[in-house]
Amino acid sequence: MSSCRALRRAAPALALLLFAAAPALGATKVQAVASPGGIVAWLVEDHSLPVVTLDVSFRGGAALDPADKSGLATLTADLLDEGAGELDSEAFQGRLEDLAASLDIEAGEDDIGVSLRSITANLAPSLRLLHLALTAPRFDAAAVARVRGQLLGELEREQHQPQYISARLWFRNAFGGHPYARPRQGTPESIARIGVDDMRALVKSRFARDAILIGVVGDVTPETLKPLLDQTFGDLPAQVGAVAVPEAAAAARAPLLLARLPIPQSVVTFGQPGIKRDDPDWYAAYVVNHILGGGGFSARLTQEVRVKRGLAYSVYSALEPLRRAGLIIGGVASENARVAESIDVIRAEWRRMREDGPTAQELADAKTYLTGSYPLNLDSTARIAATLVGIQRDGLGIDYLDRRNALIDAVTLADAKRVARTLLDPDRLSFVVVGSPESLPGAEEAPPDGG
Amino acid sequence: MAKALLPRLLTVLLLALPASSWAQTDKQFGARSFALANGLQVVVIENHRAPIVTQMIWYKVGSADERRGKTGIAHFLEHLMFKGTKETPPGAFSRIVAQNGGQENAFTTADYTAFYQNVAADRLALVMKLESERMTGLVLSDAVVLPERDVIVEERHTRIDNAPSALLHEQIDATLFLNHPYHNPVIGWEREMRGLTTEDALDFYRRWYAPSNAVLVIGGDVATEDVRALAEKYYGPIPAHPVPARERAEEPPKVAATRLVMHSPRAGEPSWSRTYLAPSYTAGERHYAYALQVLAEALGGGVTSRLYHALVLQQGVALAAGAFYDPGALDLATFGFYATPKKGVAIDSLETALETVVKAALKDGLTQEEVARAKQHMQQQAVYARDSLDGPARIVGSALATGRSLEDVETWPQHIGAVTLDEVNAAARLVIHDETAVTGVLLPEPTS
Repeated sequence: MSSCRALRRAAPALALLLFAAAPALGATKVQAVASPGGIVAWLVEDHSLPVVTLDVSFRGGAALDPADKSGLATLTADLLDEGAGELDSEAFQGRLEDLAASLDIEAGEDDIGVSLRSITANLAPSLRLLHLALTAPRFDAAAVARVRGQLLGELEREQHQPQYISARLWFRNAFGGHPYARPRQGTPESIARIGVDDMRALVKSRFARDAILIGVVGDVTPETLKPLLDQTFGDLPAQVGAVAVPEAAAAARAPLLLARLPIPQSVVTFGQPGIKRDDPDWYAAYVVNHILGGGGFSARLTQEVRVKRGLAYSVYSALEPLRRAGLIIGGVASENARVAESIDVIRAEWRRMREDGPTAQELADAKTYLTGSYPLNLDSTARIAATLVGIQRDGLGIDYLDRRNALIDAVTLADAKRVARTLLDPDRLSFVVVGSPESLPGAEEAPPDGG
Repeated sequence: MAKALLPRLLTVLLLALPASSWAQTDKQFGARSFALANGLQVVVIENHRAPIVTQMIWYKVGSADERRGKTGIAHFLEHLMFKGTKETPPGAFSRIVAQNGGQENAFTTADYTAFYQNVAADRLALVMKLESERMTGLVLSDAVVLPERDVIVEERHTRIDNAPSALLHEQIDATLFLNHPYHNPVIGWEREMRGLTTEDALDFYRRWYAPSNAVLVIGGDVATEDVRALAEKYYGPIPAHPVPARERAEEPPKVAATRLVMHSPRAGEPSWSRTYLAPSYTAGERHYAYALQVLAEALGGGVTSRLYHALVLQQGVALAAGAFYDPGALDLATFGFYATPKKGVAIDSLETALETVVKAALKDGLTQEEVARAKQHMQQQAVYARDSLDGPARIVGSALATGRSLEDVETWPQHIGAVTLDEVNAAARLVIHDETAVTGVLLPEPTS
């Protein structure tokens, strides 16, 4: 029942994470803890509350789903906590509730992520449940049928949501036959094709010790953690099976697609090829995007689209560094009569940033914001644990938290202008509009969504 | 992963979450409170995990305090509070906060309007200065107000008009509350929103924004005495001025059951809900507010709850099912049930199945074990409420802005612990009356 001034958008997790990641936290000391069995976790000790969060990432996500079985990683992840070992679904979930623990397992494009939260006193039994979920999921017929039905229901709802439709179409338009073009949650047809054997094979081949990254935060010491790491992850297979997703480049076939839907406000996804996380220009690109369409009310897109013209409630752009493709992706929603104007303004701002780059003042302001706000994102065990895993996934080094602000501060005006010029390209910026725009010159009708 | 399936607007909203075996003296947040001479209440919640702080100011005014024909003005004013003061030009507030590495936002409900900034601890004085300036120094002109009015209309389109479930929810509230202003959506009715003016905003501002009508909550790496000095310095000089009583139209007794059926080609899947008027912490038979939270948890709070067990796991007629209750309203609250049918199951069958479970609970009562389990789970969860910078500040601020005491918030786990089986069963019988409930059904078929 609340309305707020800024829509909390679903920011691309990766981009947010990396930059949420650094610390003015003299207090946030990251240590690498190695168990006797050779499992390594990064740990931030914090004994101020009797709470522990443990995050795990396994390399390989929905992009590895077979073309005719998209949704496999998602359905598998949804079923891991629906019965394992001796515990059927209800017993497993009941045990989690009794322990006041929460276990979330979710498939991303490139990874499968696990987040376990527990009170200190229940950490060991909570981790036993995680161990069961990873090594002995049951996939009982009743649970599979129910969760498959829940996923189908969710999909049916999402397939009618304009945000979902526009993002779906944008990725399909940009990635053609690459796995990134397929929906992570699958389609009704593909989900129906997934069998228990597919899911068992995924568990066997993906959850291995050489694919695992672990971040632990909270009320636990290295000595306590070490044996728990072995008990939880020690009997996973040593190596993953073959994992290969080809490199991809976003190359939109149509610059402006329209999917007609009878709604009062047109919803738009836009984007262009971006930059990967290991690119030497990453930090310059990050700062440039922040000024163009990143956080806060000072971003140019927000100023021009929302504040000056009242064209939208929310408009943004963000770097989305997938493992096999970098993207800059954004969104806006405007009333049908004015959505064409929003698109014109966004294109113009894209061009202006490419041609002139940011001003010295904008760069200075972006740096003080990005460096100063950084510890704000590390205020809970959950956010710090996610950050620890993200830093490992991107190979940034255990001292990244100490170096991160210097990397931002090192971006010069010349860097920013050069990267704006080479990266931002209005000619490769493609839009997908879902709604009933009154006029949208040059729009091509989107083909029906076959998944 | 049932959680992902719950309709967003209908999830159980238990703001305070808590750990087992709370001693009578345990306080959840250890907050301290004092008042300035001009009536501003100040609360400090120290938390020294990281060198960061949050400042939140809560005004005891929301959409339910709007005048007839002016729906949306409370939320519109919230947006306009960023448009400059005598000291700062339009846009400067947000720019200064960002330049100092701060994150900020604001939100409006039927009962309160809140603004916050999260910053490094050494920037607290700066944001306290800025926030204090706009308590009485707001400057507005049509040049900044009119484009922002378009923004709130787009916000309405995004949140409500583009989302069939939100549209239905809006109609449910309008049906449930016949006369009380909870009848109106917080964001406003579009036609009235389009007519809101600069003068409307200033009128509302002058009427309600005053030190004695606000609660300032500072959380994080601060010392209470330092906050006191800063509060005196920046907020102390603001003159007191009286605000009107929050006179809200009384809700007459409901005498009819109402069924709202919305067909939308954009609904995706069908869904069902039933909503009842209920006591809150501060209205109606409020001593039941804790028992109703336990009831919602035991009947429909999680996968071991009665409704989920029966409808989703045992009978397999629903994809999701549960109960919702938020006692935080200043006036009457709502309690209810929701369910999403499994494909091929008719809404009527689902409704009958749910009614059967609820009727059994009313007739025979819940069991001692169910209530004990729900209570323990709720209390154990309480510790997580402290695992963030702004979580405690939100819980405390929202409570004080709706007339509750700090003591009340601090002892939430003990209150839950004291709930008895008899109270839970009595609360159920008090609230669950299908003959005056509002049932909402969303169906995906086209209207034609």
